[in-house]
Amino acid sequence: MAELTKKERVAIPAQQMPERPGNERNKDFKEVNLGLSQEQAVLEASRCLQCKNPPCVSDCPVSVNIPEFIRLISERKFIEAALLIRRDNSLPAITGRVCPQEKQCQSRCLRGKIDSSVAIGWLERFAADYLAAAQAAGEVSAETMAAKSDAIKVAVVGSGPAGLACAGELARMGYAVTVFEAFHKAGGVLVYGIPEFRLPNDIVEREVQQLKSNGVVFETNVIVGRTVKIHELMEEEHFKAVFIANGAGLPSFMGITGENLKGVYSANEYLTRSNLMGAFDRNSDTPITAGKKVCVVGGGNTAMDAVRTSIRLGSEQSHLVYRRDLAQMPARIEEVHHAEQEGVIFDLLTSPIEILADENGWVSGIKCVKMQLKEADASGRQGVTQIPNSEFIIECDQVIMAIGIKANPLLTAATPELNLNAKGYIQTDATGMTSIPGVFAGGDIVRGAATVILAMGDGKKTAESMNNWLSANA
Amino acid sequence: MYKIVDRATVGLNLELYEVEAPRIAKSRQCGQFAIVRPFDHSERIPLTIAAVDKDKGTITFIAQIVGKTTREMSTLNVGDYMCDVAGPLGHPSEIIKYPQVESGKDPVVVVVGGGLGTAVVYPQAVALKESGNTIVSIVGARSKELLLMTDKLGEVSREVICTTNDGSAGRQGFVTEALKDLIEELKGKGSVVAVYTAGPVIMMKAVCDVTRPYGIKTIVSLNPIMVDGTGMCGGCRVTINGETKFACVDGPEFDGHSVDFDELMARLSTYRDKEQEKLKSYEHKHECRMFKQLDENGNK
Ligand SMILES: Cc1cc2nc3c(=O)[nH]c(=O)nc-3n(C[C@H](O)[C@H](O)[C@H](O)COP(=O)(O)OP(=O)(O)OC[C@H]3O[C@@H](n4cnc5c(N)ncnc54)[C@H](O)[C@@H]3O)c2cc1C
Ligand SMILES: Cc1cc2nc3c(=O)[nH]c(=O)nc-3n(C[C@H](O)[C@H](O)[C@H](O)COP(=O)(O)OP(=O)(O)OC[C@H]3O[C@@H](n4cnc5c(N)ncnc54)[C@H](O)[C@@H]3O)c2cc1C
Ligand code: SF4
Ligand code: SF4
Ligand code: FES
Repeated sequence: MAELTKKERVAIPAQQMPERPGNERNKDFKEVNLGLSQEQAVLEASRCLQCKNPPCVSDCPVSVNIPEFIRLISERKFIEAALLIRRDNSLPAITGRVCPQEKQCQSRCLRGKIDSSVAIGWLERFAADYLAAAQAAGEVSAETMAAKSDAIKVAVVGSGPAGLACAGELARMGYAVTVFEAFHKAGGVLVYGIPEFRLPNDIVEREVQQLKSNGVVFETNVIVGRTVKIHELMEEEHFKAVFIANGAGLPSFMGITGENLKGVYSANEYLTRSNLMGAFDRNSDTPITAGKKVCVVGGGNTAMDAVRTSIRLGSEQSHLVYRRDLAQMPARIEEVHHAEQEGVIFDLLTSPIEILADENGWVSGIKCVKMQLKEADASGRQGVTQIPNSEFIIECDQVIMAIGIKANPLLTAATPELNLNAKGYIQTDATGMTSIPGVFAGGDIVRGAATVILAMGDGKKTAESMNNWLSANA
Repeated sequence: MYKIVDRATVGLNLELYEVEAPRIAKSRQCGQFAIVRPFDHSERIPLTIAAVDKDKGTITFIAQIVGKTTREMSTLNVGDYMCDVAGPLGHPSEIIKYPQVESGKDPVVVVVGGGLGTAVVYPQAVALKESGNTIVSIVGARSKELLLMTDKLGEVSREVICTTNDGSAGRQGFVTEALKDLIEELKGKGSVVAVYTAGPVIMMKAVCDVTRPYGIKTIVSLNPIMVDGTGMCGGCRVTINGETKFACVDGPEFDGHSVDFDELMARLSTYRDKEQEKLKSYEHKHECRMFKQLDENGNK
């Protein structure tokens, strides 16, 4: 396509992601977004103003070269675009689907000042899926490499985005990498938490297979701290460095009466049963109770995933109970919209105070109070207070608690040499190294619950630090 | 994949599996369990590691056939593989040398196993004995065929008392009656200083009711429904002294006098209908296959 003038660019309207209609997709677990067509991708890419000082790049946690990959898409160089993204972001098919773009790369996009931001995430997804399809069709050879037999051994603990990114980077540098994963399947939150309709497990599996063909060894069913301790990995199995990326999987409960009734789940349990164990399929061996009237408590991505899962499992009514207002919800905007389209009822400024039971010990409802917003504090966050005498009951037969996660102490308790902060997260120095020489950490276990791209960025950056450290010390 | 190197039926519906899992064999301590998925389509089920052989790198499970997963697992034989075995999980048992309470007389630690719970208390008995304690074992079951490991327990116990509900072996009645009599009998003769018990929830609750008035420390091994076994899902939560604990990481053994047993029993029934449906449909398919095979053989 000939070079467009600025006027021509500005005239191109924003492209819409094709998605399955709300009342069709809310009955199955297939992906909601269908992906841009090639024509749409080229048009959307042509909307980019190719800014000289692009704010989009500085708002991306791993500084993807956004204008350049978008230009390549506008020139139909889809594979080159994908390979360019991969230099900064090893999991673009995943981040393109789950990054909170509206808070990151797309938040200050200059095109947004004219009409609406360039759909950077959708384009990233498009390029990554295009490359994967081309590789599957044998049109592009997938890179394969194997570590040399005398390669230095390094261990990665946990196979979420931080672990996968770190393993990929270390393998590329020529290390012999083994990833130890507690579950029977690799992928972390990407496979046990985020549902199929948002991020199909096959896409995560594709990345894992790619790492395997690059020589990374995956040992599943290894709970580091229990099955094997970190010092044993180093002293007895001769791993010269370790990257800890075990996530922050410890579900919080509210501590209100009735939380241990039958029919009350943590979102972690509910989503793990459905996603990892496949309980969304009635033939699965792992059971799940499908509520008729479901209340999910919380306002983050996890809450949104749980409430949309409950609809797909056949609930008649699914409520999202959140103590603040829509504007304060931490979930991605797209997920909030999708949840609304699928029929989720939002009970905002509402906080549960007790879970009620029927005569058989099953949940029969939640008692709530109404909340009101306070003035914003110094950090700009608005607190809430209870409105007196505002108690009411929402009838339901299932409650799912999605009010946040904390640091899981399983590994850290077994590794007392690790310095932790007051909340139990691992402390690291600027290079990502912990209080144990040669042991590094990143992702949610360092930051607290964060995002896929931040975890991935940690994995990538720390791989470089590990390389430096190993060059000096091993 | 985890190879099965030994396999036996040790009682009615009680199946033993010795499995190659060198990392777990090396790190396991008494009282810990593993999460097992016999097949790639299976659910994750917790099973106590009844014994290990560090030299061979193997661990042993004794699993009672109660539902689809344990039934299907029983079709595996020596040389077959279990898909996933992850562990060791949970806190190790509290194994100490209990001090004398009556001078010059050996105190007694009692282990009480009900049905399959015997497989859980057996390694505790071994470890307690190794720490220098005197052990009396009480083993209960519905009937003779369900009594488990009495010989093995005999090797580490001063005495093994068996009870069956139907009187087909040992004393007729419940373990709790035998326990109460034993406590009374040993007063002034060393005394019962601690009780370790595992078995049906209702039995553990009854054992605690017996020991409570005497103030005898009682350790119970809880068996709530689990998924990950690593503290990630909270499905295994139990109430201990009014506080919520995750049995997979804070337990599975707890001070029995602090446990809310009624809540545990309620939670264990969460999936009862679904589980029965699954077992039925599995057995139905299984039988159809068997009949088909019989037919085919008959037609030959
Ligand atoms: C339901 C849900 C939805 C989310 N949606 C989004 C979203 O849309 N966008 C977004 O950016 N972020 C989202 N997040 C957050 C994001 O998924 C996390 O920030 C990210 O996955 C953290 O990556 P990680 O690699 O640090 O840890 P994790 O992804 O948690 O992976 C840790 C891995 O380590 C394993 N592990 C734990 N302990 C051990 C041990 N002792 N030994 C061996 N292995 C161990 C775990 O089994 C797990 O596989 C969501 C989170 C949840 C729960
Ligand atoms: C720490 C611990 C140690 C255990 N050790 C042993 C052991 O050594 N030998 C043994 O035979 N059994 C043991 N159990 C119980 C065993 O896990 C269950 O019998 C098994 O999960 C039943 O699976 P199923 O599919 O055959 O039966 P299902 O039909 O699924 O269930 C039958 C009953 O088993 C229980 N159960 C079901 N699923 C689970 C689960 N995921 N986790 C826990 N309980 C469940 C429930 O009470 C259920 O009603 C232990 C349980 C725990 C928590
Ligand atoms: S990685 Fe995330 S923030 Fe960065 S460009 Fe891609 S979608 Fe945007
Ligand atoms: S800020 Fe927007 S318009 Fe400018 S380069 Fe980035 S994506 Fe393109
Ligand atoms: S089994 Fe999931 S937290 Fe205990």
